[in-house]
Amino acid sequence: MPLFRRLTQSITALLIVLLLSNQSAFAAPDGKALFNSNCAACHNPLKDATGPALKGVSGHAHGKEWIYKWVKNPSAVLASGDPHAKELVDKFKIVMTAFPALGKEDVDAILDYVDKYEDPNKAKPGEATQAAPESHGWLYTFVTIILVAILIVLWRTNYTLRRVTNEKQGIPNVKEIPVYKNKAFIAVFAILAFIFCGYWFVNGAIELGRQQNYQPKQPIFYSHKVHAGVNQVNCLYCHAGAEKSRQAMIPSTNVCMNCHKQINEYTGKEKLITAEGVEVNGTDEIKKLYTYAGWDATKKEYIRDAEGNIQATPIVWTKVHNLPDHVYFNHAQHVKVGKVQCQRCHGNIQEMDEVYQASPLSMGWCLNCHRQTQVQFADNKYYTLFQKYHQEMKEGKRTGVTVEEIGGTECMKCHY
Amino acid sequence: MSQKKYWKGLGELNETAVHQESTSNEFKGDLPFDLSGNLLDAQTPRRDFLKYLGFSTAAAMLAASCEMPVRKVIPYAIKPEDITPGVPNFYASTFVDNGDYCAIVIKTRDGRPIKIEGNSKSSITKGGTSARVQASVLNLYDKARLRQPYIDNHESTFEAIDRAVTAALAANTKPAYLVTGSILSPTTKEVINQFTIKFPTVKHIVFDAVSYSGMLQANEACYGKRTLPSYHFDKAQTIVSLGADFLGTWLSPVEFAKQYSVGRKISASNLKMSKHYQVESNHTTTGAKADERAVCRPSEMGTVAVALYNAITTGEAPKLGNDKLNEVVAKAAADLKKGNGLVVCGANDVNIQTVVNAINNAVGANGTTVNWAVTSNYRQGIDADMVNMVNAMNAGEVGAVFFHNVNPVYEYYQASKVLEGLKKVPLTVSFAERRDETAKECKYIIPDHHYLESWGDAEPKTGYFSLMQPGIAPIFKTRAFQDNLMAWAGNTTTYAQYWNQYWLTKMGSQQAFDIALQEGIIEPTGEMAMGGATFSGNVSNAISGIKKPLSGGKEIFVYEKIAIGRGAGYSNNPWLLEMPDPMTKATWDNYALVSPKTAADLGAELTSINEVDAKKHVVKLTVNGISMELPIVVMPGMHNEVVAVALGYGRSKEVGRAADNTGKNAYPFISYNGNNFENFTAVAIEKTELVYPVAITQTHLSYEGRPILHEYTIEEFSKDPKVLWNEREAEIGHYTHLPWAEKDSKEETGISDEGRDPMEEGFRENGTLYPNYESHGIHWGMSIDLNTCVGCGNCVMACQAENNVSVVGKTEVLKSQEMHWIRIDRYFSGMPDDPNSITTVFQPMMCQHCDNAPCENVCPVAATPHTNEGLNMMTYNRCIGTKYCANNCPYKVRRFNWLDWNGADCFDDNLYEDYRRDDMNDDLTRMVLNPDVTVRSRGVMEKCTFCVQRLQYAKLEAKKAGRPLMDGEAKTACQQSCPTDAIQFGNTKDKESNIYKLRNKEQMERKFYVLEQIHTLPNINYLALIRNNESIVGGDVTKDGLMNEHI
Repeated sequence: MPLFRRLTQSITALLIVLLLSNQSAFAAPDGKALFNSNCAACHNPLKDATGPALKGVSGHAHGKEWIYKWVKNPSAVLASGDPHAKELVDKFKIVMTAFPALGKEDVDAILDYVDKYEDPNKAKPGEATQAAPESHGWLYTFVTIILVAILIVLWRTNYTLRRVTNEKQGIPNVKEIPVYKNKAFIAVFAILAFIFCGYWFVNGAIELGRQQNYQPKQPIFYSHKVHAGVNQVNCLYCHAGAEKSRQAMIPSTNVCMNCHKQINEYTGKEKLITAEGVEVNGTDEIKKLYTYAGWDATKKEYIRDAEGNIQATPIVWTKVHNLPDHVYFNHAQHVKVGKVQCQRCHGNIQEMDEVYQASPLSMGWCLNCHRQTQVQFADNKYYTLFQKYHQEMKEGKRTGVTVEEIGGTECMKCHY
Repeated sequence: MSQKKYWKGLGELNETAVHQESTSNEFKGDLPFDLSGNLLDAQTPRRDFLKYLGFSTAAAMLAASCEMPVRKVIPYAIKPEDITPGVPNFYASTFVDNGDYCAIVIKTRDGRPIKIEGNSKSSITKGGTSARVQASVLNLYDKARLRQPYIDNHESTFEAIDRAVTAALAANTKPAYLVTGSILSPTTKEVINQFTIKFPTVKHIVFDAVSYSGMLQANEACYGKRTLPSYHFDKAQTIVSLGADFLGTWLSPVEFAKQYSVGRKISASNLKMSKHYQVESNHTTTGAKADERAVCRPSEMGTVAVALYNAITTGEAPKLGNDKLNEVVAKAAADLKKGNGLVVCGANDVNIQTVVNAINNAVGANGTTVNWAVTSNYRQGIDADMVNMVNAMNAGEVGAVFFHNVNPVYEYYQASKVLEGLKKVPLTVSFAERRDETAKECKYIIPDHHYLESWGDAEPKTGYFSLMQPGIAPIFKTRAFQDNLMAWAGNTTTYAQYWNQYWLTKMGSQQAFDIALQEGIIEPTGEMAMGGATFSGNVSNAISGIKKPLSGGKEIFVYEKIAIGRGAGYSNNPWLLEMPDPMTKATWDNYALVSPKTAADLGAELTSINEVDAKKHVVKLTVNGISMELPIVVMPGMHNEVVAVALGYGRSKEVGRAADNTGKNAYPFISYNGNNFENFTAVAIEKTELVYPVAITQTHLSYEGRPILHEYTIEEFSKDPKVLWNEREAEIGHYTHLPWAEKDSKEETGISDEGRDPMEEGFRENGTLYPNYESHGIHWGMSIDLNTCVGCGNCVMACQAENNVSVVGKTEVLKSQEMHWIRIDRYFSGMPDDPNSITTVFQPMMCQHCDNAPCENVCPVAATPHTNEGLNMMTYNRCIGTKYCANNCPYKVRRFNWLDWNGADCFDDNLYEDYRRDDMNDDLTRMVLNPDVTVRSRGVMEKCTFCVQRLQYAKLEAKKAGRPLMDGEAKTACQQSCPTDAIQFGNTKDKESNIYKLRNKEQMERKFYVLEQIHTLPNINYLALIRNNESIVGGDVTKDGLMNEHI
């Protein structure tokens, strides 16, 4: 029984340690994680994007208090006639999304993170900096193995020496139980193995079917960076369904041809380089489009069949953002009604040559946003039916209504 | 309070041990393990369990860890301007199937029709549809449809057929016949006219499989018009139906049901209600709705009509087959004389219909309820034409014959004569959409478009037009029927162009035409013109011409089922085949319906064989030397000497896999009396030793006798409109105050001025220990009026189409695994042996969306929680299939996916296969699926969602426009097309909404909730049934002794 008691004690101790370590991990807000999940869609720490560059804003003349207020409710700050807020809005032509769920500590953590942020690509290519961490890792492993080996050798030597001295002094030696037969050891090992395997297994299972950072090769090297970034084409020009339909809609070739009848070569300064590092000739890609669209580039007219139909074939793209069949997602609800920016879910699409899935598109990720995001409560007459919330807002009891509060986290909003 | 005992079937009435055991076992069938005795000694011991567990875990991991599939996304090459992927388009159009008519709106998603809705702009069908109209969209994607034209059953081209047919027609000197069903389309009639002018040998004749020739001929004799009048059931105070199933199958049931419901909507403030008498020989839904019902032999119908005529004109007391019949006829005659009467008759006999005309004339119905100013064109066939043609074919006198939308080899009473005759005709052409029994025998088959692929029009009533536009381009190489005739007549334009020109000219301008096409209908403004006619029929001749009823022996009665009607393409429609018949609740088969007494006489009464088990005794029916073996289904309320058999079954293999070998063909039981086809005749019936399983859903999912219905006579209700309210108050009224709380000084009853209902509110709050959750925005609610519900099954089909409800096939229905989200419970009451005493109630039953739902708190994985809007949610991807929720649901409305019906699983081999329903999983058939609703996979529970996708759609439309949601904008599928508006739905928190007013003002007295006392707080309420008669038949203890202490 003492063995059992010892076992329970050690397990309890282990659990407490595990719990504590977890606790300590959660104690301070993680600036990086907060930044990536809330801010990264619109802000880059170093340069202006949808919103301003954030590095150094904590030292701003208005002070941190202003930032707290701004993050909590930008519309209110703007409405108060704050000149700096007006300046920002004039510059970026958009009011920042409110993040009422972010506390002062969270904001501090984010500011801390962006202030310390360094451009990862700063180091010039050609320098052997990239290889360095790899060799270090190898070295550390090697040194650790040698140290462990030395430790074992020392321990065995020490043990053998003690046995020898014992024998000399006539003290009887206790028969050694080998490690693999030691029940306490086996039990602890089994429990640890179960915990770690379980953790690994559950995590793996949760990740199944998710495709964050998925970046397939497409039939045409279509660069969002060139279109939406450099040339500032409005997202909704091509993805017209985003305001009307559940599908944002991939444009048909005739939409492409609205511009590409004129633009028949790529003259951009930046080279087009695929994820594999191969350079792409943009003009050739436009020619691929002409083949699909049924456009005769030399005659500058469509190729038509006997009945006058344009001989176009659809482009078979590879779908990047996949939701399971049992999820109902509606773009119009988010873009038109919720006035959510495309980048909020799709990442900095205007900087992607080849599109990859920026967000995890997991249910937890959806729900987090639904919990934090405020609906366009006052502006949209539909919400007049929530009389209670309107009353509370009038009385100043609340500043806004989150999606969750009007039922946005209920199963049947997305699953039916 | 009504003291009736309601029973779903005889098993429930007799309460035998076998039946009790069956009802207590909701999920029939045993577990695949032996769990008897000690678990360790069982055949499936612990080790096997661990083996299964290990294997399935490993298999799941293997399957799950496969690579993610690469999904492609293909945009339009050139996007059509009016299609936005993901947004439905609605096109007004017209459902036409020979003379059957319905104004509809086609819902298309991404270019394919997925749902039919009623067009509320039509003054005829007023937004209602029938089950058949709802299911017709599935026929569009029927795999058995022909995909190109054929010559001698070899694939061919239109050009080759055109050459051959025109050559043959030009060379033809003998008479030729174009046989069609009744044609509603004015342009088609014009095309046929031009064709017959070009080829004068061709004669156009109309053949109606279910004939109304007797009526047409009688009207011609009485009023000089070979046409049908418009009926106004809404204006009738007294409705007498002699065997006409006008709410189910007779002439234009959707129109009549809409009208009928007007006179049946009753409330405490408006106690006026029409009185409905029904005399019939089988038991129809119309009979079930009747206030007074009596049965007669089918051959006796003429005598009944004459007795009614005499009772009205001379006051002579009727002397008919039974006392109840005499009583009903005498009462009906008395009521008819009060004015605003309407008599309709289902008999296809010119003499009987002449007498009926005389009655309507005598009671002054012409010009009040029978309208001769606007006649209707639903049926145009004259029986003698068809008989003469078949005789001519057999005599070798016919040079050519064309069949459009008729199938005489199947539908004609002497199929062999048609077959023989066809062999003697040199040119035979069929325009059938499938290789049906007639098309098979024709040299040329040129498949017609489905109506959802066609341009067209209809004139259901004179001057009332309805336009038909396609919802999809023709899927196969088919050609419009009219295009054939025009091409052969040498016309170079297409029918679509001709049609366009015709309506452009008629409408006067492009703008007017566009508006007409958008609305779907062209009707005179204002109320329908009303007019009578001068009766000039010879009644005494007609009376003497009526045959004497058969004095003894059994009679066979051939009827149409609400679901598949005369057959046609619907015989192969799995939705319709699996739709439980409103009266028998049977699926997938036809059968011989007999009364309980007849069954007992045959020795085929209810025994342990067929009581719970679906096996039914098979009888042999012999008519004029033709024998047929059919299973017996016992139907209380049938005349004891009548055997009824439904049409539309027993099709050939080529009609489709679902139709193949399903039931028996009853058309040979029709006879010809020298003038009209008769749907009854003497029959010899004998019991065989065989048994045959019939998949009947009626005994599935029982309440085990708990009171869920409320029915009152108008007398009881008008005397004390609060009769039901008081009953409810006795049950839940004391919850307005907690026992220890001080009572409010003023007694609160009824609805207070602000529309609060203290009784319901108090019960909601104080009837439970749990906290009460308040909803902030919308709270959805539904109200179902048992008075106007006619049990037609339209909602069942609408729900199936809208929500991708699976068809499970006969074998699975036998195991009580049908998937319908809405079922129409049918309860009988009365004495089974006395058909006159039987009354019937329909109660649509679906998820009640309880605010305190018993299913929700037993789910171990929270897959079925509640929304703030009052919906009981069902999250398929979270459900692990414990079925606890179904066990705990007091309404028995949850359905479990025992198998993978639709290939929704990732395991291909899981797909359930059953020869008759396999076509449902074809790529073509799956085009009917609603992309907004998940196709459920094996092992999950499902149930009514209140059409949450439609609610979300309506809300989103309002949000996008930035305006409040309007009442009536969000409609459930069952509500949208209900032909009697029995289902109302809306936001109960909106004081201006229809549902709010209905619940709290207009129908406060009739409102009840099913099993309210168990504090489930359902969001569906029912309105009690009120019958316009003096005493509830079957509720009198001295008469029938079937009273229970508490219903």
